[in-house]
Amino acid sequence: MAYSDEIVIEAGHGAKNYWRDLWKNRELLWILSRRDLSVRYKQTVIGAGWAVIRPFATMAVMVFVFSMVGKFRGDAGIPYPLMVLAGITIWNFFSSTFTQISHSILLNSNLVTKTYFPRLIMPLSSVVVGFVDFFISIALFALISVWFRHTPGWQIILFPAFLVLTLLASLAFGLIFAVMNVRFRDIAQLIPFLVQIGFYACPIAYSSSLVEANHDVWWYDLYYLNPMVSIIDGFKWCLLGDGAFFKVSSLYSTMGLIAVMLTISIYYFRKEENSFVDYI
Amino acid sequence: MQVIIAEDISKKYIIDHQKAARKSHTLRDTFSEKIKHFFGKGEQDEVEQEEFWALRDVNFTVNQGDRVGIIGHNGAGKSTLLKILSKITEPTGGKVKIKGRVASLLEVGTGFHPELTGRENIFLNGAILGMKRQEIKNAFDSIVDFAGVEKFLDTPVKRYSSGMYVRLGFAISAHLSPEILIIDEVLAVGDADFQKKCLGKMRDVSESGRTILFVSHNLAAVKSLCNRAFYFEHGKLKMQGDTTHVVNNYLSHVAKTNLQHFWETPEEGPGTDEIRFRSVKIDPEYQDSKLYIDVRTPVRVHIEFWNLADRADLNLSLHLYAFTGECIFNVGTASQSFEKGLVSATLEVPGNFLNDGSYVISIMVVKDTSTVLFQLPDALSFEVEDHREGVTWYGKWPGYVRPQLNFQISQSEVLV
Repeated sequence: MAYSDEIVIEAGHGAKNYWRDLWKNRELLWILSRRDLSVRYKQTVIGAGWAVIRPFATMAVMVFVFSMVGKFRGDAGIPYPLMVLAGITIWNFFSSTFTQISHSILLNSNLVTKTYFPRLIMPLSSVVVGFVDFFISIALFALISVWFRHTPGWQIILFPAFLVLTLLASLAFGLIFAVMNVRFRDIAQLIPFLVQIGFYACPIAYSSSLVEANHDVWWYDLYYLNPMVSIIDGFKWCLLGDGAFFKVSSLYSTMGLIAVMLTISIYYFRKEENSFVDYI
Repeated sequence: MQVIIAEDISKKYIIDHQKAARKSHTLRDTFSEKIKHFFGKGEQDEVEQEEFWALRDVNFTVNQGDRVGIIGHNGAGKSTLLKILSKITEPTGGKVKIKGRVASLLEVGTGFHPELTGRENIFLNGAILGMKRQEIKNAFDSIVDFAGVEKFLDTPVKRYSSGMYVRLGFAISAHLSPEILIIDEVLAVGDADFQKKCLGKMRDVSESGRTILFVSHNLAAVKSLCNRAFYFEHGKLKMQGDTTHVVNNYLSHVAKTNLQHFWETPEEGPGTDEIRFRSVKIDPEYQDSKLYIDVRTPVRVHIEFWNLADRADLNLSLHLYAFTGECIFNVGTASQSFEKGLVSATLEVPGNFLNDGSYVISIMVVKDTSTVLFQLPDALSFEVEDHREGVTWYGKWPGYVRPQLNFQISQSEVLV
């Protein structure tokens, strides 16, 4: 019989061929993603329709509250509903992938306690649902753009870059939460709250140009410290064209922050993943 | 060739005594402890932590093609060992070298998703166990066939009966083709027919030169399947070697459960003002110079008690319960008039009567055939081990009793 490999199990060592193992298990990654997708809308009547209804309804409410009751305006030449919808679309993608990643280990606890595979598979496979919802929302956005007779500019080619950046951001924060969630169930309570705060702290219902207008307020730097601010601004700029406010310099610091956070969270995840089974 | 070499492996768990009931900590606990510590108050109300060694300095080697049975009480470290070997948890100390692909089957149907159909779950479960898509496709038909679920392939498994669920789970694992297969207690579930099928399949697997590590409480199955055995006790590898030898040694340790009680004086003995127990005792007539009770062993129950009343009409009533609580039988002595003093009684339970299992005896003293004076509820307990000759089937023998009745079979006519 041919022996494929020899492994050594030792304290604190982890698997030496971790990344190779991860690659070997790509089929598992794929099949777990498919599982999450096919389970998602089982026993619902509307099914994937929910992915359309939720952002649309949120947009309608926000347009009513901020545009008709409060007199918020979009940036020059950009219809307010379209701006809100662009913001909601990318924010929903971030918040759903972030939430899924944070819960991914706990939701698969039966696998954690019974089998071994590189644990990164779980958070990675959990994001696929967010992707599908995102593309449905983008289709909705395209339809509504036609209604407003809006055509995107050349910036649209940067669309994939912003999508990847958002995914990296949700991994950078989600992985840390996923690890902490195993030991501290407080995290599960904290996540919806964070997502709710984020919704208001990010330029979704409003444009960052309003913040820029009050350049000297004390919280100005704090506002831009939030990495999602520049990503959302950039995404809106990418879909809506030059009229949308986007401070490019803010994106550089965001990318730096995400790179650092991602390194830390992957390191932390790798360090802790072998003890998941003892605490879950 | 040695395929598994374990050197001094240990696994330590920390047990919190104060919070034993709670599964995980909350951030608040951690913070408040940190704060207490900071102000120097930590010492007196600190959580009492105890180290618990689930495994301690375990050394062994396994050769290619070995079929190793792992036995021991619950909590002896068997499952921890399997978890370390299948990389689910890390050892605290020591080192294991493993050559070859390991598939662990710690629970049948791991990762089944209730909402998915049987077909989808075959692919899901196969991938979780490390099979390639093509391998699953190739084995698909034989998996479905082995599990007997053709008709329900497109039904969500949440609608499966528990038997179907287990069969499908085992079928998938049985068709894996790893070099080392780790199995934990698969035979605890499923009916006798299915268990037989499983054992047959495992024997096929081992005949193709693969290595099997098999944890089970079903000693008959271990004996029939394995050529070597490891006996674990309190996290240590107490004994290893030839299966029969190790299993017999294990049994003679298990059997000393609760075979006798003796009270010196009437004041110490349990009872009332009228009667006090002096001794209760099980006296087995061991077979083949073994030191444990098996299904062939005749057992005597001796009971002695003091009658403290001047004269009383008394009889004894004895209940034998299965470990699960069902009463197997109740027997009583004749009622008789006794003077003040010692009374003794003996009950003979013949061999080839009780099935294998755990039993508990309770004893009652009855006055005037109507009033229960005193009852000794869990007076004695003992285990009956399995023993078989001339059969090739090793599933759990059904029933509470296993009598050898006169059951004749013969050819009554020959068709020409």
